[in-house]
Amino acid sequence: MKRWLIVSALAAASCAMTGAAAKDAKRGGTLVMGQSVATSTFNNAVASGTGVMVPGAQIFASPLMHDDKWNPEPYLAERWEVAKDNLSVTLHLRKDAVFHDGKPITSEDVAFSIITIRDNHPFNTMLKPVDTVDTPDPHTAVIRLKHPHPAILYAMGPPLMPILPKHVYGDGRPIKTHPSNTKDVVGSGPFKLAEFKPGDQLVLERFDKFFIKGRPLLDRIIIKTYPDSQTSLLELEAGRLHMQPFFNRVLEIERAKSNPQLAITSGGYQAIGGINWLLFNNKKKPFDDIRVRQAITHAIDREFIAKALHKGLSKVATGPIHSSFPQYSPDVTRYKFDLKKAEALLDAAGLTKGADGVRLKITCDYYPGDEDGQKRIAEYMKPALKKIGIEVEVRAPADFASWAKRMAQKDFDISMDAAFAWGDPVIGVHRTYLSTNIRPLVFTNNAQYVNPRVDELLAAAEREPDADKRKVLYAEFQKVVTADVPLSWVTELPYHTIYSRRVRNVPVTIWGTASPMLDVALAD
Amino acid sequence: MSLLAFLARRLSYAAVLVLAVLVLNFFLIRLAPGDAVEVLAGQMGGMTEQIRADLQREYGLDQPMLTQLGIYVSRVAHGNLGYSYFFNLPVTSLILERLPATLLLLVAALAVSVLAGTTLGVLASRKPNGPVSQLITLVSVVGYSAPVFWTGMLLVILFASVFPILPVSGIRSAAVSGSWLVDAVDVARHLVLPALSLAIVYLAQYSRLTRASMLDVLGSDYVRTARAKGLSERTVLFKHAFRNAVLPVVTIVGLQFGNMLAGAIVVETVFNWPGLGRLAFDSVLRRDYPTLLGLLFFSSLLVIVANQITDLCYRLIDPRIKTS
Repeated sequence: MKRWLIVSALAAASCAMTGAAAKDAKRGGTLVMGQSVATSTFNNAVASGTGVMVPGAQIFASPLMHDDKWNPEPYLAERWEVAKDNLSVTLHLRKDAVFHDGKPITSEDVAFSIITIRDNHPFNTMLKPVDTVDTPDPHTAVIRLKHPHPAILYAMGPPLMPILPKHVYGDGRPIKTHPSNTKDVVGSGPFKLAEFKPGDQLVLERFDKFFIKGRPLLDRIIIKTYPDSQTSLLELEAGRLHMQPFFNRVLEIERAKSNPQLAITSGGYQAIGGINWLLFNNKKKPFDDIRVRQAITHAIDREFIAKALHKGLSKVATGPIHSSFPQYSPDVTRYKFDLKKAEALLDAAGLTKGADGVRLKITCDYYPGDEDGQKRIAEYMKPALKKIGIEVEVRAPADFASWAKRMAQKDFDISMDAAFAWGDPVIGVHRTYLSTNIRPLVFTNNAQYVNPRVDELLAAAEREPDADKRKVLYAEFQKVVTADVPLSWVTELPYHTIYSRRVRNVPVTIWGTASPMLDVALAD
Repeated sequence: MSLLAFLARRLSYAAVLVLAVLVLNFFLIRLAPGDAVEVLAGQMGGMTEQIRADLQREYGLDQPMLTQLGIYVSRVAHGNLGYSYFFNLPVTSLILERLPATLLLLVAALAVSVLAGTTLGVLASRKPNGPVSQLITLVSVVGYSAPVFWTGMLLVILFASVFPILPVSGIRSAAVSGSWLVDAVDVARHLVLPALSLAIVYLAQYSRLTRASMLDVLGSDYVRTARAKGLSERTVLFKHAFRNAVLPVVTIVGLQFGNMLAGAIVVETVFNWPGLGRLAFDSVLRRDYPTLLGLLFFSSLLVIVANQITDLCYRLIDPRIKTS
């Protein structure tokens, strides 16, 4: 019975986060990294997405960081305590930490940052229960909560809680459009921004007065934007690029595998927890009938998708929570690939075959931008569902905005879709299943799923301070949702990092490259 | 007509044209489904209604379309192209930052296509049915028929896998160097493939055009006279024939400047060249209206300037034009 309230860490030695550091990881060098989404801002207090979080986590330090097993570790806070009543968290900050302009990092800055994030970050459930942040002394910050909020231990991690200088961002100008979000950024993390060419590349330079002595190891990180995965692979092969995270193209990963200069890891994506699923428009006939949703789910051969379409790079998804999450439960309703059962279910639902063998004609959309995880699977639906008498027309979207509009307006029958969980189910999972989150927006409860029991379970899990009891609540949630099958989970996202064999200590903690790259180094 | 009056008239045409471009583009862009806020919601992995409403208000997307247009036109008239929805940076600075890369690409492609195209055309015209002419015709037809992106991709495959001697992406190597000479060579190496793939189409056109025009001119009386006077073949070709034959080529080069700019969008996307074209392509996907409108506005200015330069070139090449 490990209670989250007693989770507390001792002041760690200067580089506690160094796990099994490679022996030849030496200081110096310039790492060239690729990104597929352009960076729009460096202020990850007001924006999310990989293009923001990866550089953001290098420029700004957060109170905590996490290892590869979901354990919180000290970072800017050298230790922390959760009160017995679970209604406050006390952070004890390092006393030697300074911003890039040399001014000390104090509890005032922490309080300012937490309130700014609570009020502006797109993930509004992340810090919603935060009431106030008290600052009894310059190195102590007490976060007061309206109710217990266990997810805060992950919301205090590097991609989600940058500590901003209050003397820069607290000048009264609106934070979302603050000029310092992209220019003359004053950070608190291991690297400072040296150059920014919007949409092209950015250069980060080692901050010499960073509070962890001897870190980071690299002198410089250059992040280049490659909207096309083929180009970034060519650059990796040519040795001009050292590392490309968030890579999910099956053919290119296969090709990289055969290159002796390159290595691949699927580590570093645990907290992101992305799942590809097939969304049913639960409010539209005939998808309001559970038998139709079950039938379609039985007709999808997930093993085939994971093993053949994705060449074993992805994993079959069994339910709403990613299998790398501590809250994951395998004890759910599973839908075996069974065409006979699928046909029987459709017959029972009154969808009988016409003379041409067709029961139903539907359209299938997909989120553009993930060729293998979305488009391929949407295309697979056509032959797969034809076998049970459903004729599918794949509606290829022109671009993201076109698809997002269809989702927001609920103008679809079925659609491939995906979402990330971001460290805790409260942050990224609840939104897809809460009946209160049916909104005219992309990445909300667009299945329009309503089950009061699910609402209850999620509300309880959000506040349950005991990790084990919380797991029990989530286990029941996963059971109920998989039985209702408001959407059909297909695979977990096959994210990988491709890197040159010269790179040492490739980031594989739960946040991967969206965590400070303190130990990453380049060998000769 | 005096040069001044000529320029003044041209400028007033240009102003009307620019206004039309602004208004037309403003409405065209809004025909695309979805807006910038939805794209931002996607990139951020979700958004609340509160944030969406805030952003829409901030961007003025909650105003009626005509009000938005009025605000936009008056802002542009004051020299303010607004702020990018995506980067939240002034559009003018985004454009100016990208401009040198595109100009470099365009000038290089233009130089290659005009110089090589006219030279090949002249060569082909000397013996219109000889093997050299046939070969040039064949190459021109292939070059003209191949779409820019296809040529570009073939070049990428060729130089990335088969002969990895030239870079296929970006404008500079990541390695930071202090010496401008090293940097210039580095940029030049990056420039070769994009400039070549953009130039090929136009090179083919210009060589065909020069050949036809030269054949026409070479049959005229004054060329026969020049030859009868006993002038060398070189003088006849270049001083008498070519100078007259090149006028239609100049017209086409000027007219096609806009096409070339459009071709640059494709080439920049294929070669990851950080110019205006790639910015435009990305801005469409992001529904970043201010940036896109700014770019279109800027492109129309570029085309207008290019056309003025073409007209001035006429006057230089053919002194008779001044008086007409």
